[in-house]
Formats: sequence, C-alpha cells, structure tokens
Amino acid sequence: MIKRIFSTSYLSILLVMLYAPILIIIIFSFTESKVLGNWTGFSFKLYTSIFHGGIHHSLTKALWNTLIIGLIAAFISMVLGTMAAIGIYNLMPRAQRAIKMMNTIPILNPDIITAISLFLLFVSLGFTQGYATVILAHITFCTPYVVLSVLPRLRRMNPNLYEAALDLGATPFVAVRRILLPELKPGMISGFILAFTLSIDDFVVTLFTIGNQGLETLSTYIYADARRGGLTPELRPLSAIIFITVLLLLLAINQRAAKKKL
Amino acid sequence: MDQKSINDIISVEHLSHAFGDKIVLKDINLSVKKGEFVTILGPSGCGKTTLMRLIAGFLKASEGKIFIGGKEMNKIPPHLRPVNTVFQRYALFPHLNVFNNIAFGLNLKKLPKEEIKKQVKQVLKIVIMSDYEERDVDSLSGGQQQRVAIARAIVNKPEVLLLDEPLAALDHKMRKDMQMEIKAMHKKLNITFVYITHDQEEALTLSDRIVVIRDGVIQQIGTPTEIYNEPVNSFVADFIGESNILDGVMIEDELVEFAGHHFECVDKGFEPNELVEVVIRPEDIYIFDISEAAQFSGQVTSSIFKGVHYEMIVITPEGYEFTIQDYHYFEPGKTVGLLVKPFDIQVMKKERYWNTYEATIVDKEFVRFLGINFPCDSAGEFEPGSDVKVKVSFQNVVLHDNEEDGMLPGIVSFILYKGNHYHLTISTRDNENIFVDTNDIWDDGDTVGISIAPDSIQIEST
Repeated sequence: MIKRIFSTSYLSILLVMLYAPILIIIIFSFTESKVLGNWTGFSFKLYTSIFHGGIHHSLTKALWNTLIIGLIAAFISMVLGTMAAIGIYNLMPRAQRAIKMMNTIPILNPDIITAISLFLLFVSLGFTQGYATVILAHITFCTPYVVLSVLPRLRRMNPNLYEAALDLGATPFVAVRRILLPELKPGMISGFILAFTLSIDDFVVTLFTIGNQGLETLSTYIYADARRGGLTPELRPLSAIIFITVLLLLLAINQRAAKKKL
Repeated sequence: MDQKSINDIISVEHLSHAFGDKIVLKDINLSVKKGEFVTILGPSGCGKTTLMRLIAGFLKASEGKIFIGGKEMNKIPPHLRPVNTVFQRYALFPHLNVFNNIAFGLNLKKLPKEEIKKQVKQVLKIVIMSDYEERDVDSLSGGQQQRVAIARAIVNKPEVLLLDEPLAALDHKMRKDMQMEIKAMHKKLNITFVYITHDQEEALTLSDRIVVIRDGVIQQIGTPTEIYNEPVNSFVADFIGESNILDGVMIEDELVEFAGHHFECVDKGFEPNELVEVVIRPEDIYIFDISEAAQFSGQVTSSIFKGVHYEMIVITPEGYEFTIQDYHYFEPGKTVGLLVKPFDIQVMKKERYWNTYEATIVDKEFVRFLGINFPCDSAGEFEPGSDVKVKVSFQNVVLHDNEEDGMLPGIVSFILYKGNHYHLTISTRDNENIFVDTNDIWDDGDTVGISIAPDSIQIEST
C-alpha cells in the first residue's frame, strides 16, 4: 500500500515538474499582462493580436518561415532518406555497415560543429545565406533520421517483393511506386514527422545558416527577442498553440499505431 | 540469332555465374521442352536458386546464354520475359488483397476491368480459392497464400512457370496435397513448369525430367526412373533415395567384384580391372533363409518396421554392411542368404581415384599445395621452385578432432557410406576439396584438422 502511494506520488511530482512550465504559459496566455505571473483578467487579446499584423507581424512571419522551412526540409529529407535507405539495403554487408556508420555520424555530431561546418561551406562556396541555405542545412541533419526510420521497414519486408513485381511485368519504376513505396510508407511518414519536428526545434544550425537578410524563424526570433530584453507576451499564446497542435498530432499518430496493431 | 529447336521453350548454353570470386554455377547446359515439368534438384547451396534467378532475369549471367521461346534473354529485363515465378516465401503484396494481388499483372497490361475480374475469378477457381477475393493476404494460412501466389503467376499465362521451393514452408501433409494439385494444374494449364527443390521425393513424384545439380555443376539429367535406377555417380545415387554404395572392381564386361564376391551385371565398356563404384537399392537385394540359391550371406544386425516393409541391416562375414528392404521380417542375429540380380547392379565410373593438387616444390623438404607447406620425403628429388602435381590416397589423409592438431583446418561437407568405410569430402577455407576414406564416424559440418604424413605425398612432374 505504502509502496503504491510512493510510486504514484513520485510519478505525479515528475509529471508536474515536466508540465508545470507549459501549463503556466498556457494559463497566462489568456491574460493581457505584459509580465508573466501578473493576472489581469481573462482575455483573448494576445491570441487575436498574433494574427493581426501590427507590431507583432514579425512574429507570425517567423512562425510561417519555420513551418515552411520545416515542411520543405522534411519532405526533401523524406525523399532522399528513403532513396538512401533502399540503396543501403541493397549493398553488400560490409559496405552496408560502413555507410550505416557514416549515416550515424551527423546524428551524433554536436549541432555546433554541423552548424559551423555548414556555415563555412556556404561562405566558401559564395552562397548568399537565406531561405535556401537554411533548408539545405536542415535537410543535412534530418536525412539520417529518415534513413534510420525507413531501414527497419525494408529489413522486415519480404526481399522478393520487388522482384515479384518485376516478374509480373512491372518496370522498375512502377515496381518501386506500386509495391516498394506502399510497403515503406509507415517508415517514411514517421521519418517525415521526425524530420519536421527536428527542423522546427533547431536553433544552432539555423542561427549559423540564416544569414543577415532579416530572415527569422521562430527560434531565432525568440532568441533575438529575449536578448532585446523581455519576451513578447504574444509568445505565450503561440507556445500554447504549438503545444496543443503537437499534442493532437501525437494523439493521432498513437491512435493510428494502435489501430494498425489490432 | 542461333537457330533453336522450336520445341525447346528454354535453352541454357554454357551458363556460368559467380558472386565475387565464388563460382556458383559452372557451364550449365540445359534444354526444356514446351509443356514439360522439369525439376532442378540439389542440396541447399548447390546453385539451383541462382539458376532460377538467372532464368527469371533477376541476375545477369557472368557467362553463357539463356534462350526462352527461341529468343536470347541475356539483355532482356525480368518484366519483359515470358516467365512468371512463384517465390519460396510467396512474396504476396501485403498491402493488397487477394484480388488485387492476382490482378497486379493484368492491371499492368491495362486489360478492361471486366476482363480482369473474369480472369481472376477463373484462376481462383483453378487454385480452389473462389470467394477469397476480398480477403487480406495476411489473414490466409500458408497453404492458401501458396495458392494465391500460384494464381498470381498463372493468371498472366506465362510460357514458363518457375517455382522456387514452393512447398518448403508447408507441413508434411499439406505438402503432399499441394504436390498432387500442382501436378494436376500442370496437366490442365499446358504451361512449362520449372520446379526448384531440394526434396528428392518431391522431384521423383512431380517431374517429367530431373536435373540434379551439385556445387554448381549438373550431375545428371533424366527421367525420375532413369535417375533412380541408373544414377551416374555416387552423389546422385546417395541423394536420390536410399542406396548401398560400394567400391568395386570391373573384372571384365558384365562381371564386377565388390564386397569380396563376383557378381554378374549388365554394364560394359570399362577397362579390365577398372576401379568402379556400385549402387544397389535396398529393395533390390533378395533376403531369405540361407540356402543354395544365395550368392553371399550375412547376419542381420537390426530390423525396423517402416510401415509397408522392414528395413534390415545385414553384415557379411567380409565386413560389409548392406541396407535391405523386404516385406518379410528376419530377426536380428539370424544368418540369411542374399542375392542380387544382374540388372539391379548399377556400375558407375569412379569420379576420382586420388586427391590430386597442383603444387610447387619449396625446397628439399617441403612442397606447397592447398596454401600451405607440407613436409614431404620425396621433395628432394625435384628442383626447388618447379611446378609439380601431388597425389595423396584417400586412406592417407588423417583427420583430427581439434582443428589445431592438423596442418590445415577443414569442414566435413559430404559423407558417403561405402558398406565398410566412410568416404568424406572435406572443404578447406579456400573451397578446395580433400577426400578421405575412414572408419571413424564424423558428422556433416564438423570442423576438423587435416594432416598428411611426409611419406604419403607422391610427387609427379607435370
């Protein structure tokens, strides 16, 4: 009995510690106060002002930039990562091990190293830094994760499936599109979601590759904002929206996974 | 283009294939007639699946040519070949239901919807799976998945149907039933079947002709009865059915000596006193209470009931062991008379009399072959550095339990019992074979140490 009380209270404390900051931000997103912690009455004003130009137009712009960069980078990573996984899977065992190790290096490599090396690369190639370089950089660190989420699907697949499609008269292209891709789809989708969250989440690499043409993503915007002194109050409703969206996405994914298992 | 016999639907010429340095098929020549049921039979790793993959087009041949329907196929990709395959593990498309799996090939041909429906229905009837169209393939049993896999292949009306060990994953009874169904389907469909298997019984039951392959080389091509009754070598005899295989000497035409006795036989064309191997099937030895009719005699050491017949082991006074099958029971310990009729003795040329290797003289004491230096008494008689040939008799190769005790490690890869001794094939790491005659019992796959005494290596100049 005592043991149960201890274990449940331990769990509740842990959960409260984890979620309290987010909870507080959500609560205080429904008030107008400029300073966090001051309750000045219930209001939706901060929510409406995110989406209404004015002085906070730059925040919504940063949000859109983040989403667009995330979607493009995740999509391209998904395509490249899937192609790479198929290639790796068809290599001889020894080459396969070598390439798989090379694939994990970007994952283990500290962000700052990736950031600096990409920065130097873009500078030395004379690229103007902006949208394109950020997307390229994000693709660089997202693709290995897609490879890692597609490879297990390939390994679980019957190795003769692709050949069976060819055998039945499909050209290699049709065999990939109609047989291989549907088989790999779950791995590709989870790779895409992973890449998308990684891209949204990223700060270090983005900061080094975003250039100085005034392009901002959410993370660089918040960073700049914090350094200017005090966070914009509109960040509170924005955080709330992002959190709820992610939560809903997660629920949807879990629901899907549970359904698949039945 | 070469002129091919119009009757040959498949013709394979001088086909060889290697993965890296490992040669898996050596100079395969084979032709299959239209409508024939040909089985490619061999132990696992013999290259039979590689041969199938070459015919289907999943692999490109290193050397040689494949013709299907008179057309050279070497440069034709798999999706353009008039061949369909039933894969070992079915390879059904998991995200498609039964109907869409079977319709896959027809859809690619862009047939009208109604036509596709009709043909799928028809083929489901053939494989006795009507009303399963909407089922998920994962919900089907192994046997049902197998039927769908066959349906998916034959619905395209291929000229050749390749079946790669299609029944390997089914249980014994299911396999028997499916064998009969496949045979019936072959009769009905008028499609050429090329069937890959390691199961000799399956091969004997199903085929019009059997191609026996070992280590990438065709050993024998023939009808089931030819293969069974007239195996060309001890491998085929041992692989197909049960057999007594013994060393013998061909005294003259139609007279052979083995197990210490002379026997009349029907084989001719050997050199006088040529060393041969003799095969006698267990059911071809007559066993009876000792009488004057007996050619030789022996003592029963074991007798086991096998359902229809008894299987008995008989040892002759000369020390040879025979397996005999008979409907009558003779209790262990009893002395019996034995008789073999001339046409039941199959005499085969010996594949080899010695272990022979290319070698180089290192110095006065050593000769180098199989990748290592062997001490050799007669090495001094040859110029150091010269290329020679060495011979080692089967009895003079010594095997050790521990790899470290030998001069060279190896793995027992094939065991043949010859009545009074075992003839072993030992594979070295470099895929060279060493043949050993021994009385000791070893198991397939045992790792052994191999050594050869300095006085048992004979050197010949080349």
